[in-house]
Amino acid sequence: MVSVMSRTTKVLVQGITGAQGQFHTRAMLDYGTKVVAGVTPGKGGEHVHGVPVFNSVASAVKKTRANASCVFVPARFAMDAVLETLESPQVKLICLITEHIPVHDAMRMVSIARAKGVRIVGPNCPGVAVPGVGKIGIMPETIFRQGSVGVVSRSGTLTYEIVNALSEAKIGQSTIVGIGGDPVSGTNFLDMLEFFQKDRRTESVVLVGEIGGNAEEAAAAFIKRRVKKPVVAYIAGRVAPPGKTMGHAGAIISGKSGTAASKIQALEAVGVKVADRPGAVPELLP
Amino acid sequence: MEGGVHLNLLEYRGKEIFARYGLRVPKGKVVTSPEELEGAPFPAVLKVQIGTGGRGKAGGVKFANSLEEAKPLIPQLMALTIKGYKVRKVLVAEKLEIAQEVYVGIVLDRLNRCPVILATAMGGMEVEDVPPDKMFKAPIDPLVGLRPYHLREMSAFLAFPKDIAVQIEGIVETLWKIYRELDCTLIEVNPTAITPKGEVYCADAKVVIDNDALFRHAEFTHEPEDIPPLEAKAKEEGIAFVQLDGDIGVIANGAGLTMATLDMLSRFGGRPAIFLDLGGTDDPEKVKACFRLMDEAKPSKIFLNIFGGITKCDTVAQGVTKVIEEENIKIPLVARIKGRNEDAAREILAKAGIEAETSFEKAAEKVVALKGV
Repeated sequence: MVSVMSRTTKVLVQGITGAQGQFHTRAMLDYGTKVVAGVTPGKGGEHVHGVPVFNSVASAVKKTRANASCVFVPARFAMDAVLETLESPQVKLICLITEHIPVHDAMRMVSIARAKGVRIVGPNCPGVAVPGVGKIGIMPETIFRQGSVGVVSRSGTLTYEIVNALSEAKIGQSTIVGIGGDPVSGTNFLDMLEFFQKDRRTESVVLVGEIGGNAEEAAAAFIKRRVKKPVVAYIAGRVAPPGKTMGHAGAIISGKSGTAASKIQALEAVGVKVADRPGAVPELLP
Repeated sequence: MEGGVHLNLLEYRGKEIFARYGLRVPKGKVVTSPEELEGAPFPAVLKVQIGTGGRGKAGGVKFANSLEEAKPLIPQLMALTIKGYKVRKVLVAEKLEIAQEVYVGIVLDRLNRCPVILATAMGGMEVEDVPPDKMFKAPIDPLVGLRPYHLREMSAFLAFPKDIAVQIEGIVETLWKIYRELDCTLIEVNPTAITPKGEVYCADAKVVIDNDALFRHAEFTHEPEDIPPLEAKAKEEGIAFVQLDGDIGVIANGAGLTMATLDMLSRFGGRPAIFLDLGGTDDPEKVKACFRLMDEAKPSKIFLNIFGGITKCDTVAQGVTKVIEEENIKIPLVARIKGRNEDAAREILAKAGIEAETSFEKAAEKVVALKGV
């Protein structure tokens, strides 16, 4: 399996001329990410922080050989932006930062991407980072530290919190992936656990989950069967009331399902150490 | 079953959609008073229309053979409040003779990222309680859609006589069409009722529409929901806000961090009063709106926990200091600031006399120990 991103990753930013697109393009460039092109229909020929803007993904890819995309396009136009990118076979990774994308749109995009062998990370996610190499998306680069812990998380800011705690404890990270808080995600815990198990630069894994759905229970079953590397988890929402959506579309306890207790129990049953607060994660790593 | 943060249509509205798509639903009339009963079908089942399940157990379902019998029941039903939901409407529906109850539904399989058709001959009961070997499940590839072979497999599993099977297949085919066209995240018909004559009716309707897709379905609006007024206001303003029973108002950015903040306060013996997810924002006005809402909720103290990414710490600090001055907010505040532009934020807050913490745990301990108003 190829790494999530490497020094040869060339990033295209869709929606680069918007406020978020501009701001995070700057931050990605400053961290050393090769941002080679931007796309905003109608703004072709302009430049953002020296990055050329194109009217279409096809023209941007042809000219710059971009092989990854970071999408900041608003929700109702996001599916079109992603489908356009999926027409360019060179692009193998799409980080979909946008939130509030309809679930049916997410299912279609993800299905097409999987059929084409393209990895979508998101929607509603902070993106990916390989400390020392680059980052795609919106994670604050000040918290990264190079190392061997793979981090996968359903939450954005909670990822920062935990990565920061790791770095402050002088524990570096190999790859950080925020898979997003929506009910349908292009990349899920299982995909990343499989990746980290195979990834030679990763020695242990931190899994950050939250209430809602059964992704953590499925991750526990997968860990039991396939993951030999140590896994430490943190689950948010221990005191969340049932029946209330807690900010993320996917974070809701429905009846008896989706509780933090059920997830913690499933993970501990397969030998995963579960931290009771973000700051305890570093202490539990080997 | 998975519903998400969505528009949960009341039964009668779901049945209106079913009827529009040509599905057979029992005749019915929605009433709010006995005077409106004229023209309702009898014998009838009287069902309160509320946004939660378990109506029957809570006394929200009655039977009446005639209009005269129904008259005194309507005010009784209208007076009910079930699980915090006040009854505002009653559906008076034709009482069917039912030989057998079946369940059919389309739910979202988050793990496999696709819809799943569910069907069981054990209708009427809670779906969670149906043994797995009695439940037909067909995952549907969103790119392929529902195909005739899915329906054939379903019929083979349910093993009804041909004339019944054809009707159930027709219902599922139509439900799939509704699911796709209306951006549903969930459709359930429980029960799907088979009469002694062999006619199949959609005797209930649970239709949940994706909130994030409402921009392409202008016909749907939220009913006046029985959520606390402040939660309703937050919803209007697009702020994720949940009222809890403690005394600490929590504002954090991002759902996961906000949840983790509630957990952390509880760990130190604190009791959260408000969950307010500021989300990813770069707009000081949004920050101000959040604080105004928090001020209205009147917690005895506020914990602001920001880890900047897409949300810049200095933007938050600007919004916070302005709104505290403008609205003269007196509720004591503990701020924890970390991440993008944190130094600038710390400076802005310091000028306003707010000393921002950097450690999540220290800040949480501090707010729990703080004397509130």
